[in-house]
Amino acid sequence: MIDNRKYVIQGIFLIIGVVFLIQLFAIQVIDKSYRQAAEQNIVQEVIQYPYRGLLLDRNGEIMVYNEPLFDLMITPKQVVNLDTLGFCNLLNITKSEFNEKIAAAKAYSYVKPSIFYKQISNTEFARIEGTLDQYKGFAIQPRIVRAYSYPAMANALGYISEISKNELKQDTINYYHQGDYIGKSGLESYYESELRGKRGKKFKIRNVRGIDQGRFNDGKSDTLAIPGQTLTSTIDLELQLYGEKLMAGKAGSVIAIEPSTGEILAIVSAPSYDPGALSGRNFGENFEVISQDTLKPLFNRPLMASYRPGSIFKIVQALVALQEGVIVANTKLKCNTALIGCHNAASHPFGTSEDLVGAITNSCNPYFYQVMRKMVMQGEVEDPYQDSHIGLDKWRSYIDNFGFGGTLGIDLPGENGGMIPNSAYYDRAYRGRAWKFSNIYSLAIGEGENLVVPLQMANFAATVANRGHYYTPHLIKKASEDGEPLPQFLVKHETEINSEYFEIAVEAMAEVVRSGTGQYRAKLPGIEVCGKTGTVQNDPNPDHSVFIAFAPRINPKIAISVYVEGAGQGARAGAGIAGLMIEKYLKRDSAVLRMEPYILKGDFLY
Amino acid sequence: MKRSGTIFSNVDWVVVLLYSIMVVFGWLNIYASEYDPLSTTSIFSLSSSAGKQLIFIGLSALTIIIIIVVDDKLFDTLAYPIWIFFVIMLVVVLFVAREVNGARSWIEIGAFRFQPAEFTKFATALAVAKFASSSNFKISKFKDLSILVLIVGVPALLIIVQGDMGTALVFSIFVIVMFREGLSAWPLILGVLMAVIFLLALLVPDHLYLWIGTGVIAALLIAFNRNSVKRILAIIVVAIVVSAMFEGVDYAFNSFLRPHQQNRILVLLNPNIDPLGVGWNVTQSKIAIGSGGIAGKGYLRGTQTTFDFVPEQSTDFIFCTIGEEHGWLGSLALIVLFMTLFLRIIYLAERQKWAFVRIYGYAVASILFFHFAVNIGMTIGLFPVIGIPLPFFSYGGSSLLSFTILLFIFLTLDANRMQHLQH
Repeated sequence: MIDNRKYVIQGIFLIIGVVFLIQLFAIQVIDKSYRQAAEQNIVQEVIQYPYRGLLLDRNGEIMVYNEPLFDLMITPKQVVNLDTLGFCNLLNITKSEFNEKIAAAKAYSYVKPSIFYKQISNTEFARIEGTLDQYKGFAIQPRIVRAYSYPAMANALGYISEISKNELKQDTINYYHQGDYIGKSGLESYYESELRGKRGKKFKIRNVRGIDQGRFNDGKSDTLAIPGQTLTSTIDLELQLYGEKLMAGKAGSVIAIEPSTGEILAIVSAPSYDPGALSGRNFGENFEVISQDTLKPLFNRPLMASYRPGSIFKIVQALVALQEGVIVANTKLKCNTALIGCHNAASHPFGTSEDLVGAITNSCNPYFYQVMRKMVMQGEVEDPYQDSHIGLDKWRSYIDNFGFGGTLGIDLPGENGGMIPNSAYYDRAYRGRAWKFSNIYSLAIGEGENLVVPLQMANFAATVANRGHYYTPHLIKKASEDGEPLPQFLVKHETEINSEYFEIAVEAMAEVVRSGTGQYRAKLPGIEVCGKTGTVQNDPNPDHSVFIAFAPRINPKIAISVYVEGAGQGARAGAGIAGLMIEKYLKRDSAVLRMEPYILKGDFLY
Repeated sequence: MKRSGTIFSNVDWVVVLLYSIMVVFGWLNIYASEYDPLSTTSIFSLSSSAGKQLIFIGLSALTIIIIIVVDDKLFDTLAYPIWIFFVIMLVVVLFVAREVNGARSWIEIGAFRFQPAEFTKFATALAVAKFASSSNFKISKFKDLSILVLIVGVPALLIIVQGDMGTALVFSIFVIVMFREGLSAWPLILGVLMAVIFLLALLVPDHLYLWIGTGVIAALLIAFNRNSVKRILAIIVVAIVVSAMFEGVDYAFNSFLRPHQQNRILVLLNPNIDPLGVGWNVTQSKIAIGSGGIAGKGYLRGTQTTFDFVPEQSTDFIFCTIGEEHGWLGSLALIVLFMTLFLRIIYLAERQKWAFVRIYGYAVASILFFHFAVNIGMTIGLFPVIGIPLPFFSYGGSSLLSFTILLFIFLTLDANRMQHLQH
C-alpha cells in the first residue's frame, strides 16, 4: 500500500506538469490571438483634469475662473525619426534645452509619458497644433490654470501651483498625484477640497508602435472628471475694486464687514500684486520677484499684520468697565497728566473732568488710566500685587469675548491672533519679580503689550454696530449646494456685555464723527457715521493711521477698519478712506466722494 | 562504516546539477525580465535585480558549504529548536514589521530585510520529519495527528495573521507528506472534492443546473447500488449535503474572503471582469507567454516583459519572461527540469533507511512542487493570483536562500545515509 502511494504522489506531480504543458501549448502555439494581442495591447491612461470651482462675488459676478493651458507630453519609446531642428524651431527652444528635456524624460521612463514642455498657452498651442502631428511620440495634455476678471484681492484669493513632496506625504485621502495643482494660499487653499473637483480617466489603446487604436473597452472603464464646486463669496466687487484703488501706492489694510452676518464685503491688503502673475507659465520667475519685494506683497496684512491698537482700544476698555460696574456713563474723572500724558490738550485743557462719552471723543488718556486702574485693582484682596493678578485676569476674560488675543477663525489660512496679556504672561516677563497695575498701565490706552490685527478691529466695529455680538468674519457665503456657508460662520458670538452699554459707545463714536477727530474726513452728508480714530506709534518712523467705523448708526449695514502704514494721524488717511468706502457702499452711483482726490494723492504727512 | 570518498562526492550530483542549472538560468532570466535595450546596466551591476541576485547566489553557495560541512545529525537534534526559533520570529515580525502591500512580513535590520515566513518552511519540514519519525508515532493515533496539525498549523496561522495568505497556503502541502506515511487518502480526496464544488458553484451561477447535475449523478449511483438500502441512504444524504454546499460556497465566499481575494478567484474564471485590476496581471501574463510561440522571441528580445507590461515580472511572474523569450520549447525545458528534480528527490527519499530523512525528503519535494504548480498555474490563468515565488527563478534573497537551505539539508542528510543505519 505504501509503495502504491509513492507512485500516486509522483503521478500527481506528473499530471500537473502535463496539464501545464497542454495549457501552454494551447496558449503559445494553437491560439494566435495572444501574439496579436501582444502587438496591440498597450492601454494608455489619459488623465482628465477637472475644472476647478469658480469664485463669484456676492452678486454672482465671476472673480476667478479657469483658462486652458496645454502640457506637451513625450513618450520616448515612440519618438522615431525626429527632425530635431524643425522641432526645436517649432517650440522655440535651443538644441541643448531639447537634449536636456529628452534626457530627463528618458530618465523618468522610456515607456511612460512625461511632461516635455509645460503650460503652453492657448495661442501658442493654436500655432503649433497643426504641425505637431508630424512628430511621433508627442501628445497634448490639457491643463487648467486660474484666470482673474480683475487684478484684485490677490492675497485673499490665493494661488495654486504644483503639489510639493511634503504635501503629498500629508495627503491622508490618497487623492493627489505628482503634477496635480493644489491651492497654496488664501481661499484657494482653505477651500481646496471644495474647489478641486475629481480627476477622471480615459483609457485609450495604442499598439506597440504607438498608433492609436481607439478607446479601451468601448469607453466603459472611462470616468468623467467632476468639476469642482463654484463658491459664492461675500465680497462686493465694486467696493473691493474701489478699496484697491484707494490703497494704491500705500501699505496697509482695509476690511469691510456686514455686521448682521459677519460677511466680508471687501478685504484689501496693500501693496498687493496681480494674481494673474502667479498663474501659468511665468509662475516661477514672477514668484521670485514678488516674494523678494521688501514691502512684502505676499503678506496678507488684514490677517497677519499685528500692531498696538492705540486709542481705539479705549472703547473696549469703556465697555468692560461699564459691564463690571466700576464706572457708569456719568463718571467724571480728571484729566490728570501726572498719571499719563494726554495729547489732546487743544480740545480739552489740562484738568478738565470728562464723562465717558467726552473722554472717548477727546481720547483722554488719564481718564482711561483711571478706568483701567479701577477695573484691575478692585480691592478683592489687600495685597496690591495679588489684587492686580485677579483684576487683570478678570479683565482678560472680557477682552477674549471680543475675539481679541486669539484667532477669530476666518476662512483663510495664516490668521494671526494678536496677543492680549494676562497674569501668567507678566509673571513670565517679570521673571518672578512682583508687578502691579502701575507697571502695566499702558494697556489702558491700547499701548504696551497689546497686539491686535486689522481683522479683529473690523470685527470689533461690527460688534459695536450690532450692540454686543458678532458673527465670525468670513469670505464665502455659499460653500456647498445648499447655499450655506460653513456651519461655524452661522454661530452668534456674544460679548456678555449689556447692549445699553454699547449704546453709550455708539453715542461716543457718533460724537467723534460729528464734532471730534473724525469730523474732517469721515463725516458724510445724510448718513450718520460712527467712528474712532487711532494713531499707532511707530518710532522713529511716522505713525500709522488707523480708523474704525460703522454706518448708518441705526441698522448699520457696513463696519470697517482701515489701517495705513506711516500715514500719520488716524484722522487723515484712515478716516478719509473709511468715509469714502462707506459712502460708496451705501450710496453707490450717487456718492459724492469728496475726499477721493485727497486720498489718491496720498500726501498725508504735511 | 567508512565514508567512500569525501563528503562532497557523496552528495547526489544529479540534484546539484539540476539546482545549478536552475539557479544560473534563473539569474540570466531575471536579467532578461528587467532588460532595457536603451540602458547600459550590466548584468553584474548591483543596481539591477540580476546583480543583487548574484549576491544572493553567492550567499547561497556559502550556506551550502556550511550545511554540508556541518554534522548532519545536528539537523535532527536541532529540528524542534529551529522550529521554535522561527515561530518566535513570526511573532516578532507582527510587531516589528511595516505594512507593505497589505502584509507585515519583513524584518528590517539596517539595510537588510528578511522574511521569516520563507525560512519557516524548512523549519516546519524538519520538525514534522522528526516528530513523524519518532519511535511511538502512529499516524492513526488521534493524539499524534493533532500534534502534527499543530506543528504545521501554528506557523501557518501566524503567517495568515501577517496577512500573507499565499505563503500560509503552502503549509497545506504537508498533507501529501503524511499521505506517504500512511495518512488516509480521504483528506486528499475530500480536499479535491471541495475545490471542485467551490469552483462549480462560482462558475455556474445558476445553482439549479448544479442541483440537476447532482441529482442525475445520485440517481445513477443509486441505480448501481439498488441492492443496499444503507448505500442508497448514504448517496441521498451526500447528494443533499453537496447541494447545500453549493449555497454555502456563496456565503463563505462573501464572508470569509476579502474583496480583493474574491476578485482574484473571480478573475480566474473570467479575466474580463476586472481588465484593469487583478485581471490585468493575468491577461498581460498570458499575452506575454502566449506571444512566445513555439520557440520564443529570443533571449532579451521579449517585448512585453521588456516594456513593463507585465507587473511583478521579476518575482511572481518570472515565468512570463521564459515563456515569451523561449516559447513552448523553453517552457517544456523548464517543466522537465522541475519534474526531474521532484522525481529525483523522491527517489532519493525512498532509498533512505532513516524515516526522518525520508519524510523530510518528501516534504522538500512537496514544498518545491507546490510553489512550482501554483506559480506557473498563476501565470497561465489556472490558479488565482497569490504571491508565491518560483523556486530558484524568482528574484529574492529570502526565497533563494530558504529554498537552498531546504534542499541542501536534504542532500547532506542523503549523502550521509550510510551513517544512519542504526536508526
